[in-house]
Order: sequence, then C-alpha cells, then structure tokens
Amino acid sequence: MLRRAVGKSLAFAGFTIQYGCIAHCTLEYIGELVVCSGPSMEPTIINHDLVFSERLSRHFYTIKKGDIVIVKSPFDPRMNICKRVIGLEGDKVCTSSPSDTFKTHTYVPKGHVWLEGDNLRNSTDSRAYGPVPYALIRGRVCLKLWPPPSFGRLSKSPTGRIIPRD
Amino acid sequence: MAAMCSHVRSSSFRVKCCRRQVGMAQSSAFGRRCARAFVSGFFVAVPVTVTVLDRLAYIARVEGASMQPSLNPEGQTTSDVVLLSRWSVRDYQVQRGDIVSLLSPKNPQQKIIKRVIGLEGDLVKTRGYKNRYVKVPDGHFWIEGDHHGHSLDSNSFGPVSLGLVHGRASHIIWPPHRWQRITPSIPGGCALLLHRDRLPPSDQDD
Repeated sequence: MLRRAVGKSLAFAGFTIQYGCIAHCTLEYIGELVVCSGPSMEPTIINHDLVFSERLSRHFYTIKKGDIVIVKSPFDPRMNICKRVIGLEGDKVCTSSPSDTFKTHTYVPKGHVWLEGDNLRNSTDSRAYGPVPYALIRGRVCLKLWPPPSFGRLSKSPTGRIIPRD
Repeated sequence: MAAMCSHVRSSSFRVKCCRRQVGMAQSSAFGRRCARAFVSGFFVAVPVTVTVLDRLAYIARVEGASMQPSLNPEGQTTSDVVLLSRWSVRDYQVQRGDIVSLLSPKNPQQKIIKRVIGLEGDLVKTRGYKNRYVKVPDGHFWIEGDHHGHSLDSNSFGPVSLGLVHGRASHIIWPPHRWQRITPSIPGGCALLLHRDRLPPSDQDD
C-alpha cells in the first residue's frame, strides 16, 4: 500500500520534472507569450496586447534594424521593455527630436543597440538612457495574437527614424 | 523410403525457414524497441540537461590573465576550471567581492569573468575611465579584474547592467591542487570609495 503510494508519487515527480524541463527549453529557446503594457509603442502595439516573441533570433544573433524586441530593462533587470531597434552596432542614429532645429547624430557603439518606441512623444528609450547592450535583448516580437482584429504581423516603423546604411 | 526422406528433409527445411523468419521478426522488434527507448530517453535527457545547465550550475574554463592571482595564476600552462552557479544569481542578487561571469557588453557572444566591486548607489574610484569618480546608477554594478592593466572591465566600458549577469563562480574544480571554495573578497587597492549606505541621502529625482 505504502509502496504503491511512494511509486505513484515518484512517477508524478518524474513526470513534473520532465515536462517542466521541456517547458523551460521551449520558453527559453523557442518563444514566449508577452502581454505588453504602456503607450510607448502605439500605434503598433497598444496597452494590454498579447504578442508572441521568438527567441531564436536572439540566440542566433539575427536581430535586424526595424525589429520590435523585448529587452531586459537596463535599470531594473526584473522588468522588461518593448521597443523597436533603430540602429545596430556601428549604425548612425539621430539623437535629436524631430522638432529640434539642429540635428545631432551619434554612432551606436560595439555590442549595443539603439532602441526607440514608436510613440516618440511618450516613450523613454535610448534617447534618454543611451544605447543598450545587445545581450540584454530577450526576444523578437514577430506576431500579435490579441485582440483578434489586429492579429498578424506587426507593421514597420512609422516614425522614419531608421537611417539606412550606405 | 526416399519419399519419406525427402518429406523429412522438406519439413526440416520449412522448420529452418520458419525459425529464421521468427528470428528476423524478433530482431526487428528488438530494433524497434531500441529505437523507441533511445528516442524517449533523448527527449528526457536533453531537456533535463539543458535546464540544469541553464538554471542550476555549469562548468567553464577560465581564459586569460585578467583575474590573476585569484584565477589562472599559472597563466599559459594550466587554466582553471570553475563551477558557476546560475541558481544564486536567479534574482540578480550579487555581493561586493563576488566573482561573477557576465555577457560582455562589447560582444554579446562572449562571457567574461570579473569581480564585483561596487553595486548601485556606490561611489567608485576609477582607473583610466573618462571620469575619476563614478556613482553607480540604478540597476548597474561596477566590475574589475584583479590584474589591473590587463583587464577589460568597467574601467573601459563603465558600469554594467545587472541584467548581463550570468553566473557566480562558487568553486574552482580543476586543477586538483587548486580545489577551493571561492569566497567574496575585495582585493587591496580597492576602488570602492564610498558604500552607498554611507553616502548622504540624495534628493529624489525622477
């Protein structure tokens, strides 16, 4: 009687460990679901949208300019921020806002990326805290899942701040 | 008699054929069972191993001379192998004096191993950085290699975000004569000027 109970609980523990490890591998190496909050990516991503963020681009280093990424916040590693990549290492980015008379530029240092939200007026991003290390990127947002009317791929940058490399 | 012999011969031939067929069926069933056991074992072993290496601890060889004499004191001849604990940094809790491995801010594909000198809010004295004194911002920390001058650390690239921390070196496990537990210790000529608890309270700013 006791042996059967012990056997069953061991089997249950083994089952939990195995499926827990498979879940960890999926979330860490394939992709995860993310609920976005805040206005900084409007109109592309609105408050309380559910998106799918894939991890493969981050592990294979194929994040490109114009991708929307989920990044660990540089000031609080337990928080995540969702922004668009405006420049990769070596790219030229504009640090002044569109309303300034004199435009200033800078080059993104090695190993870093420049992030900006789509809602430039209401976004704290690299314009405030500077370039962010690439290794803080968690994943690339590739698909919006909720709400159903806006299901599908996400649109390209509406701000026109990406300077093409020539 | 000849007919009986041939009958016997043919039946023994049929028995031999049958036995060979049964033998082949058994070996293919055995092969299938082997393949199934291998596949199911694979699907258990690989996720469990990957999860253990990601969440609990992993082992790495230390390259370079930036942490001499604490790590790699012999230099080119033998490299130390350390056990790095991922579990103890799961909540980004590091202490001053810990040796940690982190993803390099200059190259995301590389991990570097350095000592934590200052945490957020501390005032550190730098060697060769653009500012002589630096107050470590929120969510960042200041790292230095023990071998000053031979180390690419915060003195080159400034305070590092805590999100880059990968693991805490807890033990040296190779070579055998260097087996030891690594304890947090700040080396002499310390760069930590003022612990954040001793700094006067600053005005609240956004």
